Amino acid sequence: MTTTTPDVHYLNHEKGFKSWFWTLDHKRLGVMYMWSVIAAFILGGIFALLVRMELMEPNGYVLENAALYGFSDKLSAADLYNHFFTLHGAIMVFLVIIPGIPAALGNFALPMMLGAKDVAYPKLNRFSYHLWLTGAIFFVMALVTKGLDTGWTFYAPYSTSHSDSAVIWATMGAFILGFSSIFTGLNMLVTIHKMRPDGMTWFKMPLFIWAIYATAVIQILATPVIGIALLMLTVERTLGVGIFDPALGGDPVLFEHIFWFYSHPAVYVMILPAMGVVSELIANFSRKPIFGYRSIAFSSVAIAIFSFIVWGHHMFVSGQSDIVNVVFSALTFSVAVPSAIKVFNWVATLYKGSISLDTPMWYALSVIWLFGIGGLTGLWLGTLGTDIHLHDTYFVVAHFHFVMVGSAIFSFIGGIFYWWPKMFGVMYSEGISKLGCAIAFIGFNMTFLPQFVAGSHGMPRRYFDYDPQFEVYNYWSSIGAMVLGVGLSIALYALVRSLMGERKPAPANPWGAVTLDWQCTSPPPPHNFDHAPPVDGPYDHELVRWNDELNGYEPVDPVDGDPNLARMGSAKTV
Amino acid sequence: MTTASADAHGHHGDHGHDHPEHLAHHFDTLEQQFDSCKLGMWAFLLTEVLFFSGLFVAYATLRANNPEIFSLAASFLDTKWGAINTVVLLVSSFTAAMSVRNAQLGETSKLKRNLLITLVCAGAFMCIKYVEYSHKYHVGLLPPGMEHSMFNPETPYIPHGDHTGEYLELQAHTADMTPAERVHTMTTLGRFFGVYFFLTGLHGVHVLIGMGVIGWVLMRANRGEFGPDNFTAVDLVALYWHLVDLVWIFLFPLLYLIH
Repeated sequence: MTTTTPDVHYLNHEKGFKSWFWTLDHKRLGVMYMWSVIAAFILGGIFALLVRMELMEPNGYVLENAALYGFSDKLSAADLYNHFFTLHGAIMVFLVIIPGIPAALGNFALPMMLGAKDVAYPKLNRFSYHLWLTGAIFFVMALVTKGLDTGWTFYAPYSTSHSDSAVIWATMGAFILGFSSIFTGLNMLVTIHKMRPDGMTWFKMPLFIWAIYATAVIQILATPVIGIALLMLTVERTLGVGIFDPALGGDPVLFEHIFWFYSHPAVYVMILPAMGVVSELIANFSRKPIFGYRSIAFSSVAIAIFSFIVWGHHMFVSGQSDIVNVVFSALTFSVAVPSAIKVFNWVATLYKGSISLDTPMWYALSVIWLFGIGGLTGLWLGTLGTDIHLHDTYFVVAHFHFVMVGSAIFSFIGGIFYWWPKMFGVMYSEGISKLGCAIAFIGFNMTFLPQFVAGSHGMPRRYFDYDPQFEVYNYWSSIGAMVLGVGLSIALYALVRSLMGERKPAPANPWGAVTLDWQCTSPPPPHNFDHAPPVDGPYDHELVRWNDELNGYEPVDPVDGDPNLARMGSAKTV
Repeated sequence: MTTASADAHGHHGDHGHDHPEHLAHHFDTLEQQFDSCKLGMWAFLLTEVLFFSGLFVAYATLRANNPEIFSLAASFLDTKWGAINTVVLLVSSFTAAMSVRNAQLGETSKLKRNLLITLVCAGAFMCIKYVEYSHKYHVGLLPPGMEHSMFNPETPYIPHGDHTGEYLELQAHTADMTPAERVHTMTTLGRFFGVYFFLTGLHGVHVLIGMGVIGWVLMRANRGEFGPDNFTAVDLVALYWHLVDLVWIFLFPLLYLIH
């Protein structure tokens, strides 16, 4: 018996554009989210490369060639740079990282992990995706009309009264994307609460679900606040209500408060699901129950709660009072504790595990390294004294790229490689995939480690030019960005290649994971399960064993509930 | 799959399960379906509360900076209309609550009557809001950035017909002030009206959406769709309507009753 793809599955049971565009199937929506997010990631990545090209040397590429683009003077060329970094940031934050894992991987995997047929509200789910598309169109409109030069943070009063770029297209796009995110979170929250199968208590849920749950809480409670902040900004810009615009007596720092009340928790919308993916990968590729299950689960919830009380650390130099600064600085450290708990637990899970280094595990291990650096440098920025020095320098840029790209995006890609066999029923080339991961990892470190040094030497962020003393850091950073681009392109190539030509069919369970999503065929049938499968612990790896004929793992029956027989390999197969 | 429906209130699944009529295909029991819908609605209401919260924070900040000018500004709002609107919304909330009970008991004619009263009250609220808005628009009690606003620091005030009473009153009020004080007072008053229009406008949009969903539920009630085993839609719409009412319960004193 060899691995075969089932005749009817969710990808082929209906055909045509309409069957995809109007689908209610969480798996199809997850797949569409994934490709959409990848497309947006490529667009945002192009802007990142343009930024790095400009900064490769002082008086950089864009400026030197300003004449080519029809810019008569340095100033308008420099303005173009503002558009590059703004569009890079806005696209990556709103269109890529926030929906990346919860909407793409969460949609695809979460209902199956619960043994459910779908999410609680399939129509709302589809609506979320259509909102994402609408928001993306708004961003493209901003791009093709007057661009956007406010920075992704849209700070007032520049955004309300001075910028002549397409601020309203972008803010309304982000507003719509915000509601897409809220509805996804709401769907996940209710699905997790109400659609768990018999026997799946809260502490038998896979940790990915805990992470998505904590994320959903943030999405529901924080995202509406940026919705109203952006709406207020839009109304301020059009009607002049005088809330933010100091020329009318408004308070621009108020915008920063309301903005960061969302946008700091949003950082955890980006990182929490990534931590969930890493928890799955580390446990399953170590073939060992995850160390400290409960503390990882609770730390997700703790991060979600703490995330709401630390926003002021973005505003240490905004003129808020000293006492507020001290309080926010102290509170900020509370987030470090649950974050560190997770990392320690991952490392402890590796200890004496039976580690298999498949591609997803390469990404998971990369994330431990990258999140370690990203997380620890965050402490420097949470510390009031050092932050005053490092604020708005490249140190900050490097820090949040380690967290948002090094941790969130690498986890996202690791998750794609993990669930790819389930999504499309094919295995990819391990060699090419690992090569992509390795090059991306090297390129990433090359890009952002020098930025820590440049930043601690005082190089400010968002400037189109810099002193010659920063040249060496920027040069290597730009080279690193290209290496990173090559690595990610190879990763994408490995995935696309697996769909072309002679496909290598995936078994139902290539990784030996025990969560329910691996119990249906690859790709899954349209309705996942006829009946909810029986639930065991999500990391009891003795419940599956390798089968050479299947080229994958198969469930073994713990006869009469005695798992020892299964461990000895004498249990009958199902 | 495309015909299978997430809609908790209507269609049933398309693939041979032994499903009750109103149960969507991906739920196991009606109870699970109802609980899911209810939980989702409460979560959505939380989202709504936080959506309004940004504006309440703006209101609190601006008012804390200039409490006496906010108090002066509030005296230009019409407390009588505000109070009538409060009563109108309270009545509508009561009838909305009653309509849930009617649906649960299967009293279709009472259900239709109560939904209709709710809808009429919502419409009356908007009509009264229109009267208030149009008066302020003609007088020029508008956000400071708008051209016709009497608070716009850059354009001169042009009286609109006979509507100059408020302007003259303010002139008298600020007559003893230094020019700097007068500018400060006038722009702060403008900010009050900025917040006023924003808060009540956003609330008004929610009322309009409420009218839409109440009308939708009323149509379905007319088709006799609701009964003891299918009242989720009525329940959820009523929950939403209570929130709209609750927001106004905060807006009325914060805007109208602070002078």
